[in-house]
Amino acid sequence: MDNKRVVITGLGVVASNAIGKDNFERALRNGTSGIKHRADLAELNFRCQIGGMPDLSQINLGDTLPRLHAEKLTNKGIIYACLAGVEAWQDAGLSISSDKTDFDSGLIMGAGALSYDSWINREFPAYLTDRGESRKMGSRAISEGMNSGGAAYLNSILGLGNRIQSNSSACITGTEAVLMGYEYLAAGKAERMLCGSTEGDGKYIWGGFDAMRVLCSDSNERDTYGSRPMSATSSGFVPAGGSGALVLETLESAQKRGAKIYAEILGGHVNSGGQRNGGTMTAPNADAAIKCIEQAITNAGINAEEIDLVSGHLTSTKGDPIEVQNWAKALKRSGKDFPYINTPKSMLGHSIAGAGSMELAACALQLSKGFIHGNINLEEVHPAILNEIDPSCLPKTSLEKEINTVIKASFGFGDLNCVIVLRR
Amino acid sequence: MEKVTITENLFNIIGPYLPEDINTGDISEDKHLINDLRINSAHIVDIVLDIEEKFDIMVEDDIIGEMNTVKDALNIISKKVASN
Repeated sequence: MDNKRVVITGLGVVASNAIGKDNFERALRNGTSGIKHRADLAELNFRCQIGGMPDLSQINLGDTLPRLHAEKLTNKGIIYACLAGVEAWQDAGLSISSDKTDFDSGLIMGAGALSYDSWINREFPAYLTDRGESRKMGSRAISEGMNSGGAAYLNSILGLGNRIQSNSSACITGTEAVLMGYEYLAAGKAERMLCGSTEGDGKYIWGGFDAMRVLCSDSNERDTYGSRPMSATSSGFVPAGGSGALVLETLESAQKRGAKIYAEILGGHVNSGGQRNGGTMTAPNADAAIKCIEQAITNAGINAEEIDLVSGHLTSTKGDPIEVQNWAKALKRSGKDFPYINTPKSMLGHSIAGAGSMELAACALQLSKGFIHGNINLEEVHPAILNEIDPSCLPKTSLEKEINTVIKASFGFGDLNCVIVLRR
Repeated sequence: MEKVTITENLFNIIGPYLPEDINTGDISEDKHLINDLRINSAHIVDIVLDIEEKFDIMVEDDIIGEMNTVKDALNIISKKVASN
């Protein structure tokens, strides 16, 4: 049996620079940074004292979420997932039944470290245990701390009855969630899958990264300049939180109900370098990354020449030039022949597990609305990158341009790679 | 503490745990928390914790089992507050 074609029919975004997909599109076009100086991190002796947190004070949670979710949830990663997920579902023109289970639809909402998240108006619940007060943890310490909490709370709103899953694979989580949903739908196992990922934010999760010395620590006085992927002065990633959600649907189902279509998913690939041949917990095995890109292109049934835009992983670390080299090798394109390349991380920071899905939402918006967002803060491109590609491939501000094919990659701790190809 | 104050505080505590189609205005003393107000049984624990914090009392586990109706909850709180 032939694989089903799969399209994207709904988007939801909760990002450090915008909440809601329309605000997100505007922020991407305008090059709006969501990175702010954080006095709390300064007080706690963090090396990196900047970060990106979605500004929940801009919105009224009760407008989107049921009472219990709006008033009682304290885990930010879960709140972001619920907001993004409900927005995507409604954007796709789908309704929510309060009494029927929808067995034709499922969801994959990945998460990175939900139990490390900041808890709004509440201290970290595990501390109660050490004080001999575990009885005070309440009924939600587990359901909000478990990694499937985002999916579970989101589905308590949506009532979907097909596969409900939460993958966790570091920085590739979001892209992998979408790839898994695509493969599941292509195999004919459901009509639609809401796919995305989420990551909370704040001192608990960021402290561990700060300790690894992988965060940007030279821009505490110039917060919005901290995240500058592909720059000669990239000095570490800027941590952030957020969630992206995409409604994936078989073309058949989307056409039957007359849904608007943002883009088609042509295919993708996921692999690991096995933490061998240069690959480690934190560094990529370049051969595996290149192989993953090549295989994704093959699976998508396209030629590398057809690619208009590369949406890179590009975290604003010393790894960026290596990533661009890997792209040039995998695509066999360089200089002026290289496609445009960008990443919203210059504006959003790096939302770890949340990043891939937010960036795929950005890809879908760029394809459907005909623009390429800029890489802000790219005042001085890294010389090793200029050895591979022409500066004209690196937009610094948004370009109005019809594009047809985008390739998106995420690379993650554990030597993980995931690549997806989208077409208008 | 006046009974009316206790009642008001308790209703405010219960409110967020109600399902979407039941409102704070539907709460009355004779209502069973689980059967009538359809509160998820897992959240009874949360209501007890919110009560403990609000009224600065301790509700022991064996007493939680006796807290079936809104009136039961009011009686437990009143008794505890009076003996504080």
